[in-house]
Amino acid sequence: MKKLCETKILEVKVNYKVTTAIAGDYVAKSINERIDCRAIFWNSTEVWVQNTDWIKIAQLLKDSPDLDFNYLSAITAVDYVEYFEVIYHLISFQFNQSAILKLRIFDRENPSVSSVTSIWQGADLQEREIWDLMGIRFDNHYNLKRILLWEEFPGHPLRKDFLR
Amino acid sequence: MGIKSEPVTINVGPQHPSTHGVFRMRVTFDGERVLDVEPVFGYLHRGTEKLAEERNYTQIVTLTDRLDYTAAMSNNLAYVRAVEQLAGIQVPERAMYLRVIAAELQRIASHLIFVGFFLQELGAFGTPLMYSFRERERILDLFEMMCGARITLSYMRPGGVFQDTPEDYWPALNTFLTEIPHYLDEYENLVLDNEILLARTKNIGVLSHEIAVNSSISGPILRASGVKWDLRKANPYEVYDRVKFDIPTGSIGDNYDRFVVRIMEMRESIKIIEQCVQQIEKGEVRSKVPLIIRAPIGDAYSRIEAPKGELGFYLVSDGSIAPYRCKIRSPSFINLTILHDILVGGNLADLIVSFGSIDVNMGEVDR
Repeated sequence: MKKLCETKILEVKVNYKVTTAIAGDYVAKSINERIDCRAIFWNSTEVWVQNTDWIKIAQLLKDSPDLDFNYLSAITAVDYVEYFEVIYHLISFQFNQSAILKLRIFDRENPSVSSVTSIWQGADLQEREIWDLMGIRFDNHYNLKRILLWEEFPGHPLRKDFLR
Repeated sequence: MGIKSEPVTINVGPQHPSTHGVFRMRVTFDGERVLDVEPVFGYLHRGTEKLAEERNYTQIVTLTDRLDYTAAMSNNLAYVRAVEQLAGIQVPERAMYLRVIAAELQRIASHLIFVGFFLQELGAFGTPLMYSFRERERILDLFEMMCGARITLSYMRPGGVFQDTPEDYWPALNTFLTEIPHYLDEYENLVLDNEILLARTKNIGVLSHEIAVNSSISGPILRASGVKWDLRKANPYEVYDRVKFDIPTGSIGDNYDRFVVRIMEMRESIKIIEQCVQQIEKGEVRSKVPLIIRAPIGDAYSRIEAPKGELGFYLVSDGSIAPYRCKIRSPSFINLTILHDILVGGNLADLIVSFGSIDVNMGEVDR
């Protein structure tokens, strides 16, 4: 087989350990030590952080050379009726490790959280989807419009009290 | 006196032959040049995530078939892996091999569709599509042997696969594996040195690796930009740690790289299937799992490398027979983030080609 395309030396470092490491404890420790924000609660896989601190924490996670979470894999919102939980799945290509960050929003009438589109561009469509289906507003998102449903659609269908 | 020019806004789609479903772009042009592009979608939105909250864990397998309908096996695999992680279900060895074989066949089938449609969008009307569908047809025949269906397969179940393969499946698979490399040679000879293809794809729609990583792009597009990230290697699931294969990468991330990476990936998939066929042994294909699964309270996120990128399922259980929340991280949807980056500044003629090179599937985008 002829060589079809040449591989150059990559600027994005990728590390292949056998499995992706999970960095819950380490992330929580870094947050507590390096900035004036605190992780509320954590275990080996997940870290719960304060809603208002999120943008600072996101910046830390991306910029610290020993964390280097350069890839935002997924954003999820779950409606637990008493509160909303927004879940961020992050991956660091360089260290092949993943982290799960969770925020809780107790305001049901007008829930909002800081947008991370300025840090990870990949949040753009996912945040719009969450606004559309779950009704959580992302502050400072440059184009927060409905994405799957039309603008006049009443309510946010993934909420548990939708049409009940 | 200069000629006065004004930007023109044109609607592409939603009913457009090259938009892979019902996808609409509002494109602003200055003459031939694209100034701005705004994707509009949701025409195929069926509320899969909401529907999943009303069904039990086994029934949802059929919903996942309808996400990326050109890669139903991969969707099944991603979903059942999430359920197994959530409920702590073990999978027999033979089932894991059957799953990997099925998923890799599906990857070939999905990439064949890409190759056919991509060349069609370049103007090679019909012929490449007929070629690629000829091979895809044989994969669908293999699927039909496995589970009786061709498109909406529902082959996998939490705890294994639906049934063991019939006896005549393995000879058929072997014949397919010996013949498919010749077909791929045929494509490469037909198109890769073609002057028109090179002129239309080289250095067009370039996506730098910084933007690709920052925009959460996954799958062949990410690798075409030179980032060697593949979940099959980075976090091996099923039996991917027991097989040897390479990860093809491109160099600059133009349309040509995205095209070539997929052709090379098909060859790697053949390698994986060949090794799986050698390693597979007789045994159970499904562990003892109750029909109505009650998962313990908690959540699980499972991701696999689907043909179009990272496909993830995030399941939350409240202890009942249905998931409390079922979130689908679909690769096509998030890959559309870069639409603006690769189209703006390009020409009208390259618009559809660059869009086609992302290889989106609207069933998965709109869900």
